[in-house]
Amino acid sequence: MTEEKLENLTSIALRVREHIIGMSTDGGCFVGASLSATDLMVYLYNDFLNISKENLKDPNRDYLFLSKGHDVPALYGTLVEMGILEAERLQNHLSANDNIYWHPNTKIPGIEFHSGSLGHLPAVSLGVALDCKIRGTENRIVCILGDGELNEGSCWEAVLVANAYKLDNLVFVIDRNHFQANVATEDLIPLEPLADKFKAFGADVVRIDGHNFLDLEEAFTSLDERKGKLHVVIADTVRGKGLPSIEARADRWFCNFSENEVSQLMEELHGFHSANIESEVLVVR
Amino acid sequence: MYEELLKNTALADERFVVMTAENRALVKNLPAVLGKRFIDTGITEQTMIGAAAGLALRGRIPVVHALSAFLSMRAFEFIRTDAGIANLPVKLSSFIPGFLSDGNGPTHQAIEDISIMRGIPNMQVFAPADESDLVTMLPKIWNTPNPAYVRICTRPAKYQHDTNFEIGKAEIISEGTDITILVYGFMFEQALITAEILREQGKSVGLINMRSLKPVDEKAIIKAAQQSELIVTIEDHFLTGGLYSIVAETLLKNRMTADVLPIALNEKWFKPARLNEVLEYEGFTGKQMAEKILEVAVSYEL
Repeated sequence: MTEEKLENLTSIALRVREHIIGMSTDGGCFVGASLSATDLMVYLYNDFLNISKENLKDPNRDYLFLSKGHDVPALYGTLVEMGILEAERLQNHLSANDNIYWHPNTKIPGIEFHSGSLGHLPAVSLGVALDCKIRGTENRIVCILGDGELNEGSCWEAVLVANAYKLDNLVFVIDRNHFQANVATEDLIPLEPLADKFKAFGADVVRIDGHNFLDLEEAFTSLDERKGKLHVVIADTVRGKGLPSIEARADRWFCNFSENEVSQLMEELHGFHSANIESEVLVVR
Repeated sequence: MYEELLKNTALADERFVVMTAENRALVKNLPAVLGKRFIDTGITEQTMIGAAAGLALRGRIPVVHALSAFLSMRAFEFIRTDAGIANLPVKLSSFIPGFLSDGNGPTHQAIEDISIMRGIPNMQVFAPADESDLVTMLPKIWNTPNPAYVRICTRPAKYQHDTNFEIGKAEIISEGTDITILVYGFMFEQALITAEILREQGKSVGLINMRSLKPVDEKAIIKAAQQSELIVTIEDHFLTGGLYSIVAETLLKNRMTADVLPIALNEKWFKPARLNEVLEYEGFTGKQMAEKILEVAVSYEL
């Protein structure tokens, strides 16, 4: 990856994080989960997937499915930076006059399928990948899952079936931020050794730093070297990445900050002052 | 007949794919014919439905096979969320519903399927009386842009059906001024016997095959309620949410009332046994139902 490209991705990711923080007030959103998945989405859309404003209906485009769903602010922000979604619409977050809400829906250009109920899009993306295999087309299908989401048995069913049909055009990316809704994954339903689990189910597995664009490039550009298997990319990430005052905290998943806190977090994001967050901790589920 | 129709449909139209959660009884010859367009996901009803939605996103029409109990309940949230919300043409071939699960026991009894499927926005619900009715109905069902639930019945026909099937239209077998029987699916063949016995007793009897349950033929229900003294609903389904409920909803919506005798499974699973013994034990043979109706008819001075 060239220095220039790296700088470009880094600055796009910074702007996506600004969009996310902007949506974290007046009703709030799943800030922690969105910030952990930001770099993944920025990399995939800008450097890997064949998806653009011009080809959203083209059957030969690539597909991105967001299965964990509540990280959709990162997708809204990424789609804005891709020029697919109008930036002004983010002002309509949670307004009944638009469709910018807590989970993905197909009224937003660039969103392929709705989600929110966990463990669904591994199966839906599998169906799309199957069709591409039947037709012999070259599409790449990526499905982003949360690590907590892996509690759902349907994720593992989909891995079994994808492996049975040798769907090497399909990539499950695990946003391994080490938290589920309100607790650390390893304190509730331990997932480790996670790579071994997927390998035992027949998948090709790589594990990388999900905030490192060089790692991401290495993992995704080498997929074709490993044919005949479902690909799983476990991306180790940090919940709340970019905002040290809320990073890696179980209690900062869904946040509804005050306007003043949002201003402080914007400063913190840009490396100026750290934020002093006094907002009530929200346990929304 | 079912398999032949599906084969010919799929061979003529590339959009069709045949899926199963390792329930191949209805489609055992299709893997060889359809090749990659035959997809068996193993015993994974929910994954099969999600995958069917993904295939439909790519322009396919998946015809999906699984046992009624597991299709309608194990995979329910996937049907509702993936096929229902997106309004995708995922066509559910739900087999061994109702009494047809005979000796399996309550785990396999799908006797709430009509109730839960018709509660899904966009979902259409059909219950053919027999194999002939089934193959009459399927071409139109498979060609709507909506998800559809078909309560499969492949029993040989005991009646020459009207082959002009329309979505949302019931098949009026006969009209009567004393009693009209509304029935769907497998119970149709017993209802034929019931109607015959009632006629022998001098009653004027109507019989309606409610083959399309959603959308339902409201006009047929209203007309039956207007012209008959007593309506009888017959179904191998819980009393809650099936045909009796549909009739009640239709009458209320049209500010009507009627005397309705429901013959259904009231808050109970049925006795597992050979099919003819199930009917006998539960009181659902044509003869037993006729006796039940005649008892009630006395109070209406019919």
